[in-house]
This record gives sequence, structure tokens and C-alpha cells, in this order.
Amino acid sequence: MTLHYKGKAKRILSSLGVEDYDRIRIRKGSLVYEGIVIPRPEIFDDEHVILKLDSGYNVGIYLDGVEIEVLEKGKPIQRREIPSLRFREDLPYVPLIVTGGTITSRVDYSTGAVISHEKPEELLDIVPELAEIVNIDYVPLFAEFSENLTPDHWRKIAKAVYDELRKGAEGAIIAHGTDTMHFTAAALAFMLRNLDKPVILVGSQRSIDRPSTDAILNLIAAARMAAQGPIAESVIVMHGSPHDDYAFVIRGVKARKLHTSRRDAFQPVNEPPIAKVTREKIELLSNKFNPRREGRSQVELDDRLEPNVALLHVWPGMPEDMLRYAGERFKGVVIAGTGLGHVPRWLIPTVGEIVSSGVPVVVTSQCLFGRVDLQVYETGRRLLVAGVIPGGDMLPEVALIKLMYALGHTSDMEEIRRIMQTNIAGELGAHLGLNVFPPCWR
Amino acid sequence: MDIDYERIGLKVGLEIHQRLDTHKLFCSCPSIMREDDPHEWIRRRLSVSYSELGAVDPAARFESLRKRDFLYGIYYDTTCEVEADEAPPHPMNEEALEISLTIALMLGMEPVDEVHIMRKIVVDGSNTTGFQRTALVALGGEGSGIETKWGRVRMATLCLEEESAYIVESKPERAKYRLDRLGIPLVELATEPDIKNPEQAREAALKLGRILRATGRVQRGLGTIRQDINVSIEGGARQEIKGVQDLDLIPEIIRREVMRQLNLLSIRDELRSRGVREEDLDVPIIDVTSVFSSSESKLIKKAMSKGERVYGIKVKGFSGILGKELQPGRRFGTELADYAKVFGGVKGILHGDELPGYGIGEDEVNRVRELLGCDEGDSFVLVLGRKDAAKLALDSVRERLKQALRGVPSETRRALPDGNTAFMRPMPGSARMYPETDVMPVNVRPILEKIRELPSMPEDQVRELTEKYDLTEELAWEIFDDGKVELFEKLSRYGVPTRFLASMLVSMVRSLKREGEPVENLREKHFEEIAKLLGEGSLAKEAVPEVLRSLSRGEYSSVEEYVRTHRMSVDELDKVIEQVLEKLSSKVMEKGERAYGMIMGEVMREVRGKIDGSIVSKRVKEKLEEFLKAR
Repeated sequence: MTLHYKGKAKRILSSLGVEDYDRIRIRKGSLVYEGIVIPRPEIFDDEHVILKLDSGYNVGIYLDGVEIEVLEKGKPIQRREIPSLRFREDLPYVPLIVTGGTITSRVDYSTGAVISHEKPEELLDIVPELAEIVNIDYVPLFAEFSENLTPDHWRKIAKAVYDELRKGAEGAIIAHGTDTMHFTAAALAFMLRNLDKPVILVGSQRSIDRPSTDAILNLIAAARMAAQGPIAESVIVMHGSPHDDYAFVIRGVKARKLHTSRRDAFQPVNEPPIAKVTREKIELLSNKFNPRREGRSQVELDDRLEPNVALLHVWPGMPEDMLRYAGERFKGVVIAGTGLGHVPRWLIPTVGEIVSSGVPVVVTSQCLFGRVDLQVYETGRRLLVAGVIPGGDMLPEVALIKLMYALGHTSDMEEIRRIMQTNIAGELGAHLGLNVFPPCWR
Repeated sequence: MDIDYERIGLKVGLEIHQRLDTHKLFCSCPSIMREDDPHEWIRRRLSVSYSELGAVDPAARFESLRKRDFLYGIYYDTTCEVEADEAPPHPMNEEALEISLTIALMLGMEPVDEVHIMRKIVVDGSNTTGFQRTALVALGGEGSGIETKWGRVRMATLCLEEESAYIVESKPERAKYRLDRLGIPLVELATEPDIKNPEQAREAALKLGRILRATGRVQRGLGTIRQDINVSIEGGARQEIKGVQDLDLIPEIIRREVMRQLNLLSIRDELRSRGVREEDLDVPIIDVTSVFSSSESKLIKKAMSKGERVYGIKVKGFSGILGKELQPGRRFGTELADYAKVFGGVKGILHGDELPGYGIGEDEVNRVRELLGCDEGDSFVLVLGRKDAAKLALDSVRERLKQALRGVPSETRRALPDGNTAFMRPMPGSARMYPETDVMPVNVRPILEKIRELPSMPEDQVRELTEKYDLTEELAWEIFDDGKVELFEKLSRYGVPTRFLASMLVSMVRSLKREGEPVENLREKHFEEIAKLLGEGSLAKEAVPEVLRSLSRGEYSSVEEYVRTHRMSVDELDKVIEQVLEKLSSKVMEKGERAYGMIMGEVMREVRGKIDGSIVSKRVKEKLEEFLKAR
């Protein structure tokens, strides 16, 4: 018996044999409500029952002085008849690796519930354009909000991409929650060596159950890029503006979610987008990318990561023991310093001690844009003397993942320094032209 | 025609939409409409959602027929990311909910215990999200509603919802909307279909509107309240008529809708008696452009110069029917043209009952009939346009013709200024709602507890006005209906006779409006300044109409400025009086003191509005005495 109610409401409803989606009648004073029992989210109180009335409206009824009568038991949600998928010889195969997010869900209007697709056919029913671009299949991995992902999840995704590409896919699309999409994109960039096909992370800032969803354009652009894009990189493909006109292709190691909610929340930092993709075509905006190679993929998987790395955001007045703890608890520390890569004066001796204990400390900047430079001011020079590794133009999150990668391969400080300061996947050494910093009022 | 509305089973329900006087429902932007151009336009598309059974909802299907771009005009200062659908909604504006609950209680309705915000799918582009956020706040019940002369009209529901975006332009390929209006809190009051005749509908709408205004917390002015009317008759079908702004038009709209449905039913009977069947209408669309290669018709020449062609279908057995009048000035063919316009985006149709005409000659008509395969008793419909548009247009016309054999289709219709209605879109299906998961439900108890006292009902407010200020009931209602109770009470503190104030607020403004003055420029502060200056004696009552006129036109920034330029000192007045006495001296000598009226009239002609009439009267009397004594 399923009944998503707790406490008092659960007692009252279950004593009458009421289950989710049953049709019931509630008499309360002079009013009579008739409708379907809707499951109540756990965090709500236990004093109301939610009914979906015939008009479609939900209302919450206070369970006090009510008379309840079950009229009809709930019916299971009906699955729609959908045409089956046909493989098209002329189109490439691209898997849609599902990790979470809402891109594979839809609303059931009889209950208002958002339910998951099980088959790509259902997605094609909503985005029929995809069938003209790729042969698609679902590879369900897990369903997590992206804030809950860990380096273990990144490994699973990397393995799935590796398997699919080795099987003959022309590219891979990963449906992903947007919160930490740029972390995953960067992790894949380091773990997928000798990459020769595009690996594309896609998501939506407005879920696909809404008519105004950004997922449609994002998916079309992702599929087009996976199937036809000339690049072989781990990238994010999401809206490039508030318009539904085009998506940007952003190198995963240079991508940052810079807005909590806008469609164009993902922006490249320190370089232009690689390409702009409309419903119809791909327009390259940069020639700095690893090119796609034809034929069956020869990609290699190197998923050795040391997850025990910390990222510390410096603030004015930050106490010394905060840093000390990080140095003791973790095998590597990335500092998002202020300005050119600075920390308060009183942290510097601790930095020196941490490095001396064999724990690498990488310095990046919380400014995000620009590169760190530890030679300009005295604080920076002292940090260098203390033994930090400057992170160049790497984003703090990217330095974090790269340090995990480096520590996954060696514990030798000089080797770590060498890895951190060598460009592996486009994360380091961007050309900082004056056209890569985007204030909106220019 | 004289109609026994009871006999034909007329049922009318009202839906009243009223904007509330508070900030937006799901963000803190102000609820103000802009007159300037938007700062930027955002281009969007909407995808169609599926209804519970997996079939695309009819209204959604209809919009998706047209792959449209939607352009949204944003204002950086008065709209935000929420209206642009770039950020989640904020918690529901609690003040709006409080006002809604107040209205519900005034109407004897029962509030729900917990308000759940829903997403109602609307894919015509009028909401950036593709849905309208709406919440059921209260339900009717036996005791709810209002009394009318013909009996009680019960309430069904009160919903609190977001106002839609303001449509600026609508073309088949794109629509433009402004986002200043999107999100203004809107109360939707729906009555039960208890209304039995057209006049009762007007009375009910008036009374409900008055109750809304009695709260003192609803927006006023053009477009802030609008009525939708649901009309059905026995054997006909329910119609939702949108966008009625003028109460006085309501009875006429209902009368004409009844007329339309009765005429459609008689068309159905006529077609059945002719033996026309639905399958008779399944005929191909034929390109008849060749007939018009050397046409004299300007209409056709213009279309062809744009690369359009002429397509047609035969309409078996419909001869004489397409030209049949449904409402004064609207024929059955007009209904078909509405479908063609809405679905195909074409300019309209040409049909067999109106041709020859429009420069199309008999010969051309005969050749069209021949190409389409029309026999005697058949008619035809032509559409000018590109192939895909013409196909959509003619397919929808064919569908509408089939419906004529079944009777009256259920439609959403648009009220026209003369009381007729035009097809807008098919009646939307019902299952189009799902929860707005971005906003938490609201428990109404704490808000109900805040509402200690309900505003007095309109009748009570008016009675109080008549008693306290010695106004006639008529004048008091006018003040109430114009939403000027509060202003009137404020003005009355300046010691000016209340009847004068009332007529200033109501009749003077109205007659200026009739004369075409832009009275919408008059502000409360203007009236207040006038009352103050009147009270002080610095402004003459006689001058008030002229003051209002000048202020409407924006000739003066304040009443004080007007007075400064127009006021006359007693010395100046004396000079005018002396001049008049001099000019008319012989007549004055002749009439003596009886010359007062004549002198007064002459002087007033010069000084009206510049100085108080009682001062003039006093000085004229004194000056006349002096003058007579001196001679």
C-alpha cells in the first residue's frame, strides 16, 4: 500500500484504507471536495491532505472535522503508446548517458507527478528533431542531483563513455544536473586520454516538463555536436543567451556556472566558446581544439583520481587553523586566493609547513578571470618561497580535479608540480586576448 | 427577435478578472504598465506538452500548428529575471493572497485551507514559461454570491493568478509580447451558471465589480478589470466569450450569442434536410490559380503579385448557407473566415454565396465551379495564399463546415465592439495543470487571522456617503463607481460644500471627457489642491471647470500656478466694474438700482473664474450705489 503521508495525516488516511491517487470525497462543514489524493512531499506538515479536484487545481484540506469517503481506487499511471525507434543506417550512433537531471522526465497531468522516461522513444516524442541527427540510445547510470556526485560517479561516467566510444559511438552525450556539470566535464577531460570523439554534457536550467524548457535546443545542439562536431573534447553544450536561438560549446575545463538560474548560466572563462550551435548548423568560434579523428575510437581510460583533495576559498580574516586542518586532513590543497592569488599574511607560514609535510598546495584565484601571478606583490613572492604551485589561468575547480588526477598518479612533489604546470586538456595557457572577459553592459 | 430565454434554456456564468493593487505575484517588481518601448527583446520558442492520456491537448495542438517565435519585451528597471523565465518564482505575494481572501469572505465563499500554486499550460506565448501560475483560493457554496433582481447568483471559485504578458503584435510566424504586465496579481472570480437572462448578467457583473472595488485594494483604470462570459443554450454549446470591458455591452453580447446559436441550429437542420453528410466534405484542395491569370480583381492581382496562389474546395450542398446571417452583419462565411485567419494566417476567404463580387466576374466563378466540380446546390470556398498556409486554412474551414452538420462547436470567442463575437480558438481541454514545484503551498489560517474586519459592502459605503455628506444616492454611487470615495472624503476636510466637490469629481470630469479633454492627466493631488484653494477662498468655484481643463491639457503644472496667472485683485475688479458702469451709464441712470442684474452679468463675463462670485456681487452692489449717488 502506497501512501506518501506522515504522522497525523497518515494515521487518518490509512485507517480508511486511502492510498495515493485514490479518488475520495471529503465533507467539511458545508463544503464537499471530490478529487484524487496526491502524494504529499515529505517536508510538508502532517495536517493536510492534497486533493486534485476535477478542475485540475490542487488544494490542501486541513484534516480536522472532516468526513472522508473513498470513491474509487487509484489507477496506475498510463503509459503512452509511442512509435518504436528505427535505426537509420545513414546516421551515427550516439548514446545518451543518463546521470540525473530532468532531461528524461515528463509530467503526468492526471496526477501532476513528474515521471522518468525509460526509453529514448519518449524523448524523441518530445524532441523529434533528434531522430534526424542521430541514432540515440539511453545508457542509464544513476539518477542523482548533481550536487550529490562524487569522484566515484565521475569514474562511472568516464567508464560508460569509454565503453560506448570503443563500441563505435561517434560521440557521447551525458545528461547531467547543472550544479556540478562543469566539475564532471573537467574530470572527464583528464580521465579520457587520447580522446578522438566529442563528449558532451547537456542539461537544462528550465526542466523539460515546461513548455519553455531550454532542453529542446540544448539537446538538438548536443546531438548535432556529438554527431557532426569536428572536435574531440569534453564540452558543455547549453544556451548561449536568453534567446532560444543557439547554444555555446564550452570546453569543460574552461566552463563555469556563473549564474544560479539563467539559461546561459554556463560561460567560458578566459577563452571564447569553441562553437555556436543553432538548430540547423555548427559555427566554429575558435580553432583551438583537439580535432575529431575518423574511425572507431581509440580512446583510453585513465581514471586514477585521489579524491582526498580540498578546495579552500580564502576570505578576509580567515583563521590559520582552518588551513592547518586542511593540510592535515587532505593529501592536496587548492587555494582560491584573492586577486592575483594571495592569502592573508598569517597563513603563509602554515602554507610552508603543509608543503614541507609533502602535501602540495596549488594557488588559483577566486577572481576566476585572468591568471594568478605570484611575482608581483610581496605576498605572492612569499607564497612561492613557501613552495606553492601557481595554478596559472586554471579555474579553482579545475585545479582541484587536476590535483586529484596528479595525486592519483604520483606522490612525488616535483612530479606533481610538473603535471600541474603542464597543459593536459586545454585547461592551462589560454591566450588572454581582450575579448574574453564578458561584462554585460559593454 | 423576441426570445423567451427560459424556454431556450439560456445559462450564463461570469468570470471576472481583476488586477490587484500590489506588487507582482511571484516577484517584487511593481505592477505597472509601461508606455515606452521595451529595452530589449528576447526570442523564445515553446514546446508542446502532453496531456494525461498522451494525446496532445486540443489547444496545444492548435498552437503547435504554427511554429511560432515569441518575442518578449523586457524593461531592465521594472521587470526582472522572473518574468523572463530566467529565475524561479519568489514565494507568493502574501498581500495579494490577503486581498483575495478578503474578497472571498465578502462574497460568502469558503477559503481552502492550504493554497497550492499550479501551472496551467498556455502555449500561445502569453506566458514566458508556457504556463500560467494559478491557485484556487476559495470555493462558492450555497450561501455564496450576490442578489440580483432575478434571483441569487452563486459563486463557483475564486482563483489568484498571474496576469499574462501584453500582446503587441501577432503574426502567424511570430508574436510579440511585453513583460510589464506579466505577473501582476489577478483575481479570477467565477460564478455558477445561475444567470438566466441578459440583463441579469449585467447586474451581476456590476455588483461583483463593486464588491471588488469596495476593498479599495484593486487596480483601477482601463484594462484592470475584464469580464469573460460563458453562454450556452439547450441544444447549443458552451462558449467562452473573452475580453468584455464595457458592462453595458454584456446583455447585447448575450442576446447576439443566443441569436448565433439559434441560427447555427437552424443551419444544421436545413443541411440535414438537404441530406448533406460529413463525408461529402472530404474533397481535395484544388489549385484554381489558372482561372485568374488575367483577373481584373484587385484583391487577386495583389495576392498574385506577392507570389500567392488561389486554392479552393467544393462545399457540397451548402449553396445559400455561407451567406446566411448569424449575427447582424456577420454571416456564416465570416465564421469560416475566422478559422482560416486563425489557423492559416491568411487574410480571409471568398465563398460561393458572395461571388461574383470583389472584381471577380461571373465567367471566373463558373470556371472555378467547373474546376472544383460544383453541381447545382453546391458552394465553394477560396483562399489566397501560399500553399502551406492555404492548406491549413482550408483544412480548418472544412473542419468547421463539418461541425455545422453537428450543430454548434464549443469555442473561445472574442467580444467585438458592436456586441458580436469572433472565433478566437477552440475551447481548451481540461487536464492541463500540474503543480508549481518551485513555490511552497501557503497555509491560509495565519492570513485569515490577520483579516480582522472586512471592508464595508458597496451599499453601506454609499449609504454612509449620502448620510454623512448630504449627497444624493445617484451622486454617491457615481463617486463609488469611479473609485473616488477615499479622495472625496479627503477633499471634504477643506470645508468646501460637499455637493460641489462631488460634482467636481464626477460630472465636471465626465463632461470634460465628453468634450475630448485628456482627463486621464488629472491627478488626485490636483483635486486636493483645488479643494484647498477653494476652502481658503483663493480660487473661485466658477473657475474650477477651466482649471480642470487646463490641467488636463498640461498647460499648468499646479492649480496654484493657474491661480497665480488668473487671480484678480479687488482693485482690478473695481476697475472692471467702473468701466462697465461707464460704458452702460445711460441705461444705469435709467434703471437705477434695478440695473444690478445687468451690470453683474456684464462684469461676470469679464471676471468669471478669476475672483469669487460673491465678492463680485458685493462690489457690484457697492459700486452701483456709489455711482447712483454720485450722479
